[in-house]
Amino acid sequence: MKIFYKFNSLLNSRALLPLLLLLAWEAAARAGFIPPRIMAAPSAVFGTFLTLLKNGELVAALLASLTRVAIGLSLGVSVGTALALLAGLSRRGETMVDPLMHILRTLPFLGLVPLFIVWFGIGEAPKIGLIALGAAFPTYLNLFSGIRGVDLKLIEAARSFGLSRGGLIAQVILPGAAPAFLTGLRHALAYCLLSLVVAEQINASSGLGALINTARDFMQTDVIVVCLLVYAGLGLVSDFLVRRLEASVLAWRPSLVERAA
Amino acid sequence: MTLALDFAGSFPHSRRPVSPAPTPAVRLRGFSRRFGSTEVLRSLDLDIAPGEFVALLGRSGSGKTTLLRTLAGLDSAPIDQVSIPAGRAVVFQEPRLLPWKTVWRNVVIGLPSAGRAEAEAALAEVELSHRATAWPGTLSGGEAQRAALARALLRRPQLLLLDEPFGALDALTRLKMHDLVLSLWRHHRPALLLVTHDVDEAVALADRVLVLDEGRIAREEIIDLPRPRPRGTAFQAVRRRLLTALGVSE
Repeated sequence: MKIFYKFNSLLNSRALLPLLLLLAWEAAARAGFIPPRIMAAPSAVFGTFLTLLKNGELVAALLASLTRVAIGLSLGVSVGTALALLAGLSRRGETMVDPLMHILRTLPFLGLVPLFIVWFGIGEAPKIGLIALGAAFPTYLNLFSGIRGVDLKLIEAARSFGLSRGGLIAQVILPGAAPAFLTGLRHALAYCLLSLVVAEQINASSGLGALINTARDFMQTDVIVVCLLVYAGLGLVSDFLVRRLEASVLAWRPSLVERAA
Repeated sequence: MTLALDFAGSFPHSRRPVSPAPTPAVRLRGFSRRFGSTEVLRSLDLDIAPGEFVALLGRSGSGKTTLLRTLAGLDSAPIDQVSIPAGRAVVFQEPRLLPWKTVWRNVVIGLPSAGRAEAEAALAEVELSHRATAWPGTLSGGEAQRAALARALLRRPQLLLLDEPFGALDALTRLKMHDLVLSLWRHHRPALLLVTHDVDEAVALADRVLVLDEGRIAREEIIDLPRPRPRGTAFQAVRRRLLTALGVSE
């Protein structure tokens, strides 16, 4: 009865189709329909994952990649934030910065890889540069519109209660733009990871990309799949972290408040 | 309630008797304000005595919001013909509390020297002490307006401006707010201008009711009835005269 119940809930679960596909994939690999050089079986991928974890290769690669993301992200978010503050808080700043940002935004930034190689060679610089670029635009665009979107009635009221310009920025405009900034941060992280994947294809000697490149030369599809899954995991983890940050920074939001109550 | 009394007692001037002062709190002489080609206020004369409760009635577009904004100093236009006190505070139609600051921090906003104790005292006066650490997003409409009142009163303004502050509240809450505003006004005695479109509200609360029409003061009624004001014959007569001035016949 209990088993039947469990089986029944499995049938109704959202995990059903992915699980069936995984089983079919495993069966096809074992029966020899899918050769390992095309696609390794799920069990082989899992085995390789454990091996790479044990011999430290995966952790070392992950650390190298994470370092790139951390440096690129902080650079990009800093520049994006600085420009958004400049443009958002002063008309002259807006006239100077905003048109330029919108022109640059239309460039597909991943297409800049060849230029970056010409300018910075094939070391860490072009990789970090690309990641920073990926982070800067969503940060700028969201924070700028967040600053401009702050309720003018709140600003007027705060001013009438004696807040100076500095106080207005610190207590009204920036907190009011925080939700938009965090949305920007979430997009920035997604773009960073995308840039990371592309940037690490540039002759990387360390990181997940290097692991993939080596595996490609030896047709080790299991290693490639492991690395892809790790990339996916990074995306999930970063999204989770931003959500946690939102929950603590935006604790005042009625929706969050209600959920907590 | 004891807290409220304590707070009132802590202000030495709060129990002083109303005495007609020689200089008015507000003085407008021939004041005009135009936006583009529309003249919203036309050569307006207005005096408000210290401690006087004035209600301003008018249809939408009559210029009453413009007048309030002028008196609040929120209008950027030159204010040569306007004399207003330095200590002003506004309660807006919407509470306009900063959603990311707790209620008590909203109350002391812009006052670096005021702390939690001052905020608590002001909140006690509007009977909102229990919500001091709440987020504004969790307040009811009436609670939010009481917080806005506390924020205005803490500044001990010589001129308190209320811009249709009860418009969005339900009838019962509105009546409670009337009592609250009256008792706060009695304690602190600011000159008070209440902008409203509710004739009953104006007659029930104010010393003097003005009707603004097309940028001019079309009618003035001095309400010499003791508060609380029952809806008797005298009340009804004033009410009818004001409605007529507003172009409404019953």
